[in-house]
Amino acid sequence: MNAISKIAANDLPLLSVRQLDKSFGARTACRNINFDLWPGEVLAVVGESGAGKSTLLRCLCGDQQPDLGQVLFTRRDGSISDLYDIPEPERRILMRTDWGIIHQNPRDGLRFGVSAGANVGERLMAIGARNYAEIRRTAAIWLERLEIDVARMDELPFTFSGGMQQRLQIARNLVTQPRLVFMDEPTGGLDVSVQAKLLDLLRSLVGELGLAAVIVTHDLAVARLLADRLMVMQGGAVVELGLTDQVLDDPQHPYSQLLVSSVLQI
Amino acid sequence: MTAGYNFAYLDEQTKRMIRRAILKAVAIPGYQVPFGSREMPLPYGWGTGGIQVTASIIGSDDVLKVIDQGADDTTNAISIRRFFAKTAGVATTTRTADATIIQTRHRIPETPLRAGQIVVFQVPIPEPLRWLEPRESETRQMHAYADYAIMHVKLYEDIARYGHIATTYDYPVIVNERYLMRPSPIPKFDNPKLDMNPALMLFGAGREKRIYAVPPYTIVKSLDFEDHPFSIETWDTSCALCGATNAFLDEVITDDHGGKMFVCSDSDHCAERKEKAA
Ligand SMILES: Nc1ncnc2c1ncn2[C@@H]1O[C@H](COP(=O)(O)OP(=O)(O)OP(=O)(O)O)[C@@H](O)[C@H]1O
Ligand SMILES: [Mg+2]
Repeated sequence: MNAISKIAANDLPLLSVRQLDKSFGARTACRNINFDLWPGEVLAVVGESGAGKSTLLRCLCGDQQPDLGQVLFTRRDGSISDLYDIPEPERRILMRTDWGIIHQNPRDGLRFGVSAGANVGERLMAIGARNYAEIRRTAAIWLERLEIDVARMDELPFTFSGGMQQRLQIARNLVTQPRLVFMDEPTGGLDVSVQAKLLDLLRSLVGELGLAAVIVTHDLAVARLLADRLMVMQGGAVVELGLTDQVLDDPQHPYSQLLVSSVLQI
Repeated sequence: MTAGYNFAYLDEQTKRMIRRAILKAVAIPGYQVPFGSREMPLPYGWGTGGIQVTASIIGSDDVLKVIDQGADDTTNAISIRRFFAKTAGVATTTRTADATIIQTRHRIPETPLRAGQIVVFQVPIPEPLRWLEPRESETRQMHAYADYAIMHVKLYEDIARYGHIATTYDYPVIVNERYLMRPSPIPKFDNPKLDMNPALMLFGAGREKRIYAVPPYTIVKSLDFEDHPFSIETWDTSCALCGATNAFLDEVITDDHGGKMFVCSDSDHCAERKEKAA
């Protein structure tokens, strides 16, 4: 399904970003960012180091308040609010139920002091699950889905490979069946072959679950594989935003052209 | 009362400051209130938090009982009792029923408490989330948003590892359906006594400078899972001295040949039962 038909099928965007600015002192990290993200849509954000990708992601997911502008989100009941206008408790609940955040470094997204099963079960417990056997059953389903051997459920994450840790992080987020997931270079620290496997898995999950996602990446191949639309950032600004294939095959902005031509053709 | 000390050792201004903290703690059950802990004539870890709380609430007509691990006759309990007998001139007792204030380390008396009594707990570590999160700013937020899932993660982990919840002391509770609280290192056996107790319970942590409270008749619930409900310790023997079957028992080694027996940890309760039986 391409982005256009998805838009037709759902009349409200999940996320609407309007004139978002974020600076650190004199340094502008994000400048006048505007876009909509639709249910089930995957948006990739690319650009050189320091372009403001991670800052934008943090502003979108509720981790960092922008200086100016709005991050509007639509609840399941169709009501719309500014992410930074709602009370902190509601924002927290949103971030741990309807949204997911997958960090580049599993250290930032996993609890290394507790087992894989506990890592996956945490979000369930956070929304009130109090039946041990049920929590375990649900955690096992998600471990399996992320191709982690359920027999290793009680092991600590440090005994897992990098790819497994990343899949565990994803399981931990998906267990509450969020509609929207933010990922900052989810395949960043992994070998090429492990990356490929993870991307494959991500692609099928996104398809099966109808997940919307914003994925920050350095890697245009990741964008090509996963994203419906592609956003190119430079110096804190969006220089191009369009359907992934169009941007990659026929980039309009000189910086996008440079970016596309500077990597091996995919 | 010895000349040269103010009543109950602390100066009046300090006592007022601590009383204000106590009032706030009573108003927000289970919430940790910071206070300006004073230097006391004994080291941290010897109940300085509890002593400051007791010093702030004690009056000349109070009757004080002090226990350490349930016993009135340990060095620590005796020295705290003497301290207040000397500095406040108050009457002391070992009988739970006769006391108006009971300062305790690690136990709640077996004899049911009544309205008007105050229990003062000595607290080594007040913050139940500290093991997880060393930053005070973070734990404050977690309390503010009642964001306590991580405590269930800990219990989950216990069950996954040992087949049951392995925590037996300082077992975490939710007070008044709101704040997560450490009950201090009492055995979980004593947790049910916190629930709807007619007495006022005050908790003082000297080193960490925190006071918190469970007011009379407050709901106190021990964390658990539906399919692994909270349960207390049981023994398949009774107290070797008084025959009690529903009291917390300590194992006592009686000789060098592996001989041992189980006796009540609450020495006053045990003695009273023996008296009655005799
Ligand atoms: N907390 C911060 N304090 C000060 N400056 C910051 C902070 N976070 C980001 N910046 C600055 O904002 C700009 C954008 O940073 P950001 O991390 O968003 O870039 P990025 O596109 O994610 O880069 P990379 O690809 O290297 O991860 C950079 O100049 C960075 O130095
Ligand atoms: Mg980054």
